[in-house]
Amino acid sequence: MKRTIGIFLCLLLFSGCAGRREDSKTITLWHWMTDRDAVLQELAKKYEEQTGIKVKINLYSPPSSYSQKIIASAQARLLPDIYGILDKKKVFASFIKNGFVADLTAEFKKNNSAWEKSLFDKALDVNRFKKGNVYGVKPGIYGVPLDVTNIQMLYNKKLLKKAGITKPPKTFNEFLDDIDALKRVGIAGFVSGWGELWMADCFASNYAFNIMGEDKVMATYRGEVPYTDPDWIKVFKVFDILRKRGAFIEGIVTKVNKYAEQDFALERAAFAFNGSWCVNVYHDMNPNLEYGTMLPPPINPNRPMSIWGGAGSSFVVNNDSPRKEEAIKFLKWLTAKEQQAYLATKTRNLPSNRYALSSIPPILADFARTMDYTTHPSIWKYNEDAMVTKKFDECIQMIIMGSITPEKAAEEVQKVKEQELRRAIRRKKR
Amino acid sequence: MVGGNEVIKKKIFNRDIITNYFFIIPAVVIFSIFYIYPFFYTFKLSLNEWNGIDLHQQFVGLDNFIELMRDKDWWASMWHAWYITMIALTFQNLFAFILAFACDRDLKMKNFYRVVFFIPPILSEVVVGLIWTWILYAGKQGGEYIGLLNYTLSKIGFSHLAHNWLSDPKTALTCIAIVHSWKGFGWGFIMFLAGLQTIDRQLYEAARVDGANMWGILKNVTLPMMIPVIAVVVILTILGSMQAFVLIMSMMGNELAGATSVPVTQILNSMMATKRFGYACAQGITFGVILIFISVIFKKVSDRFKEV
Repeated sequence: MKRTIGIFLCLLLFSGCAGRREDSKTITLWHWMTDRDAVLQELAKKYEEQTGIKVKINLYSPPSSYSQKIIASAQARLLPDIYGILDKKKVFASFIKNGFVADLTAEFKKNNSAWEKSLFDKALDVNRFKKGNVYGVKPGIYGVPLDVTNIQMLYNKKLLKKAGITKPPKTFNEFLDDIDALKRVGIAGFVSGWGELWMADCFASNYAFNIMGEDKVMATYRGEVPYTDPDWIKVFKVFDILRKRGAFIEGIVTKVNKYAEQDFALERAAFAFNGSWCVNVYHDMNPNLEYGTMLPPPINPNRPMSIWGGAGSSFVVNNDSPRKEEAIKFLKWLTAKEQQAYLATKTRNLPSNRYALSSIPPILADFARTMDYTTHPSIWKYNEDAMVTKKFDECIQMIIMGSITPEKAAEEVQKVKEQELRRAIRRKKR
Repeated sequence: MVGGNEVIKKKIFNRDIITNYFFIIPAVVIFSIFYIYPFFYTFKLSLNEWNGIDLHQQFVGLDNFIELMRDKDWWASMWHAWYITMIALTFQNLFAFILAFACDRDLKMKNFYRVVFFIPPILSEVVVGLIWTWILYAGKQGGEYIGLLNYTLSKIGFSHLAHNWLSDPKTALTCIAIVHSWKGFGWGFIMFLAGLQTIDRQLYEAARVDGANMWGILKNVTLPMMIPVIAVVVILTILGSMQAFVLIMSMMGNELAGATSVPVTQILNSMMATKRFGYACAQGITFGVILIFISVIFKKVSDRFKEV
């Protein structure tokens, strides 16, 4: 009896160690978008009804944990059929070079590039590697954009009116005047989720492009222009000026975007810096919120303001997946007009399919109108080293906290830049 | 000599010994797979430059360790962890000891106090972090503070003391240390209370008969008898506080430009933000060695006290 129980327990133990075998036809998709999970599940069900192929949608959130999971799964060769890479282009390139991502170029080019033509170029660019790219990736399209996004400024119409401001500011100086007017009536000026450093980095990048232009920014990334250049000091000064004018809401440096969105939705601040996904978030938090969109007010009137944008979320197909063909078919179906229109209506996100734009709410249409101004690190020829970016973002935080001057910040960033340039040379020698 | 070898062989191949080895094999295998192998693999990674994705790792020797020794941010994070630990070691444990000492007496409702004091440690660190973030929140709505602390201060006439607690590098780390201590003191309380209850009551009575007052009893009876428990609490406090992480992330969301960085956040940053897995492993190993070193020192000190 004891022996039988022992054998049974051993079998039970070892059965737990066995890998789970999915149905060979089931496509598995991992994503991180809590706000879109329900709709994706609905669409997966609809796809199964239409094709008989089951799509298992797994949500892993927050995005930072999702990223960790994807990297760990890549190391263990356990990636799902469809997943997203939430990282810089350099990391995306590493995934491709190591054979974790399928090249979808041939699929996009089929039928006179019908699939490619149906999607916004800006969204596809994020997933495209051009000829001669610095990452050494074979030119092609490696991802499918699910939606389009851009990050810009928003203003609360009611609060501006309360402060006697009749129209949103067009220049940086006008913006500062508006901040003063808002302060006079006890309204906080500006909120953003700069507890998430990339958002502050994005704001700084907007002004870097406006102040010195893309070429000089890229030259800095290549190590040809130092961060101590007067133009970069001007970029750091943007944050210093805003701090000195009392533009920031209390605690902006530790505010994660979720709380920043709450502040704007609950009318605790008049201006916000946020992405187009906010339309859905604000609607849920305060359906009566009256707000408009505007580009960050430029400092240099001679250069257009560039904002970050492009594909909001993209999926790639696992190159090792035995269900690669089915996975691609599902993504084609997901980005078709009908499904995109449904996604846009349900989630209030900009669709990646250009033909599905007609079904979006007016505020989202405002976002869509500025897509021509968008740029993104994923489409730049060069990207800054991650160590330098980290230091850069920390220095911005320190400026906002008033614990460092813009000049000192520039020196600190340049020091790390030089250190990383030396390391890159050492790496090449090896 | 040959005869001696035979005896040894006999011993080794003794049926009982083989059976014993057979029984420990599962434990050894599991320990090797989940502890020994990862440790050596981590050490191997620490000698390489690797972004966590590439199949190729570049051997860099001890470069990561050399860089770490010169990394000011790393040592600053170590200092921050030590600061949190010192506050936990002093205020948290002192408070825990006083409360345990009080609850060891014949107090009314002492079981109620025991339950109340043990609530913070059983709460999730994320929950504690979010609750305290709200308490320390500095924002306003309609001219009124939203955060409980600032709101209370403003209502009792101390609005000049209202502060941006978590976004000011001068106060953020101390706030974290206080919240960490608040959350952790319950463990110390339970352990101290368990230790106090093992002390023979007759010792107290004998001391009282000899004319010892409260302080005398504490100094000459309670503390000497509690040294083993104090040693365990101190070591656990050090290990727990030096590795504080979840609370910081849930309260801050980031390292506040390095002002609230601790070694674990630095390791995570090296892995995830800058994709330097080799460097992160070097940080992990160095941190582990430091923790072992600190624990050994405290163990030696407490052994010395026991002897005295």
